[in-house]
Amino acid sequence: MATQAQAPAEPAAERSPAPDVRLADLRKTYGDVLAVDRVDLEVGQGEFFTLLGPSGSGKTTTLRLIAGFERPDSGSIELGGVDVSSTPPYLRDVNTVFQDYALFPHMTVLENVAYGLRVKGIARAERRQKAEDALRMVRLEGYGARKPIQLSGGQRQRVALARAIVNSPRVLLLDEPLGALDLKLREQMQIELKSIQNSLGMTFLYVTHDQEEALTMSDRIAVFNEGRIEQIGSPEEIYEHPATEFVAGFVGVSNVLEREGRRFTVRPEKIRMRPEEEPQSPGLESETGQVREVVYAGMITRYLVDLERGGELTVIRQNLETTSEQVLEERGRRVRLEWRPEHTFTIEAGRESHE
Amino acid sequence: MRTNGSRVALGVWTGLVTVFLLFPIVLIMVYAFNKATVQSWPITGFSIKWFTKAWHNQEIRDALWLSLKAGLLSTGIAILLGTAAAFAVHRFRFFGREVVSFVLILPLALPGIVTGMALNSSFTVAGIDLSLWTIVVGHATFCIVIVYNNALARLRRTQSSLVEASMDLGADGWQTFRFVTLPVMSTALVSGALLAFALSFDEVIVTYFTAGAQNTLPLWILGAIRHGGSTLPQVNVAVLVVILLTLIPVAISVRFARDTGVLRRR
Repeated sequence: MATQAQAPAEPAAERSPAPDVRLADLRKTYGDVLAVDRVDLEVGQGEFFTLLGPSGSGKTTTLRLIAGFERPDSGSIELGGVDVSSTPPYLRDVNTVFQDYALFPHMTVLENVAYGLRVKGIARAERRQKAEDALRMVRLEGYGARKPIQLSGGQRQRVALARAIVNSPRVLLLDEPLGALDLKLREQMQIELKSIQNSLGMTFLYVTHDQEEALTMSDRIAVFNEGRIEQIGSPEEIYEHPATEFVAGFVGVSNVLEREGRRFTVRPEKIRMRPEEEPQSPGLESETGQVREVVYAGMITRYLVDLERGGELTVIRQNLETTSEQVLEERGRRVRLEWRPEHTFTIEAGRESHE
Repeated sequence: MRTNGSRVALGVWTGLVTVFLLFPIVLIMVYAFNKATVQSWPITGFSIKWFTKAWHNQEIRDALWLSLKAGLLSTGIAILLGTAAAFAVHRFRFFGREVVSFVLILPLALPGIVTGMALNSSFTVAGIDLSLWTIVVGHATFCIVIVYNNALARLRRTQSSLVEASMDLGADGWQTFRFVTLPVMSTALVSGALLAFALSFDEVIVTYFTAGAQNTLPLWILGAIRHGGSTLPQVNVAVLVVILLTLIPVAISVRFARDTGVLRRR
């Protein structure tokens, strides 16, 4: 295992000028269904790159095209500058962590992890050593002799990860790897995955439908919708400057308004809510309306406000000093909503939300 | 909740049914150790002399040997063809897939007498002399179904991502088959093979039409009972052998069919 720490997003131009993954005009149909539609993207060396989108948006198909389980109808897939579009999966320098883990049930944990090295003809002693190192990395030391069926979901997930990284692939493909885990475990694994990626300096291509997961872990995110990429950018860009209405709605809450022919979005935590009778603050944009719904969610409360001039906005407030009784009393109140002009972002017209 | 009374009644009833089903088998086993030549109850004493006689009876030896050969050969054919068919039906969507599936299962549904007569007339029309191989063909018709069903059930319950995972980790088609597909299938194949052998070993009807003048062990038993006479005590011994050679594979196969950790568990 490579153990030296490495800056993840470092553009290592002298090592390899080509990006680790390059997809050009990629297209894949199943019968009449257009699963992946003209997808272009580049993933740099050591990057944590996430494909984010709802189910059926083409993100998993894109991952399977890169792994080689599917053949594209047209377009090209390059790994490190080499076109692999028609290379079988076993000759591609990528490894996959499957959503259902796909551990071999008849093999022990150690045999599972050593499998990739075994089929490549690595000597028994060496592959055992490497497999044990990989198990140590995912904190499953001493579990080598067990069968997958004797492990918990979280442990199986770690074995699947160890089995993939032990081969030191150019790119690690992760297909919703945390999808089957409960919330606590998922949050813990997010941190662990990120730190493993950091210490290996390996390129991760991560598929998820969980926007929070994507925002937490990624260097960059590509938001998928109906087979196409809506936007590529850093988590901050995606969240604060959504390019389309779909991105605004899928990443966070869809707070889209249309005023004087301009469609724009404003994030719910950027909106200040005050009693209607209070005067308008200078320099802020302001609207009045009525609270239609109050959703108490422990740490925060969500308010859904119908605006006088049409449309609705969601407002999020932290429950700093208010009790649940107090916040629920807000229902039906008339309020004034205010936000800074620089917190609004114009939405590209034309691309409608398909959800 | 069941009351105590109904539980006792149910237990007694179950016991009676079991005795009713097993009594004839036990009776034959006891008679195999009978000292006298005439079967009458109660038996007068125990002896293993019929085992010695049966062992040295050339007819029984030939019949047993023929049964073993037919069973092993038809099981072998069933493993090859049944597994191949299961893979084809599971993996590919092709024209006539449903028909293939139906035709494979048909011999199990058809009465043996129909299969037997059909095969017999076909062999006659084609001018094929009845031999070991015609018996094997007859037995293979239903042995293939057994292996096919077992293999297909296992394939359907196995994660399809296992093959992808193997390819993803660098194994080519042959390595994937050897290291993943075959081991995952193996218990299903072994249990299918054992069941197929057991079915072939005690089959009478199809064999009757495809064996001609030859005797498998069940056919010999049938003939000996019909003719009666001095060989009857040896029949009990032969039946005992058939029971054991049929029961043992079935028992092993039941063990194999149990969850071995290979099946998907969620």
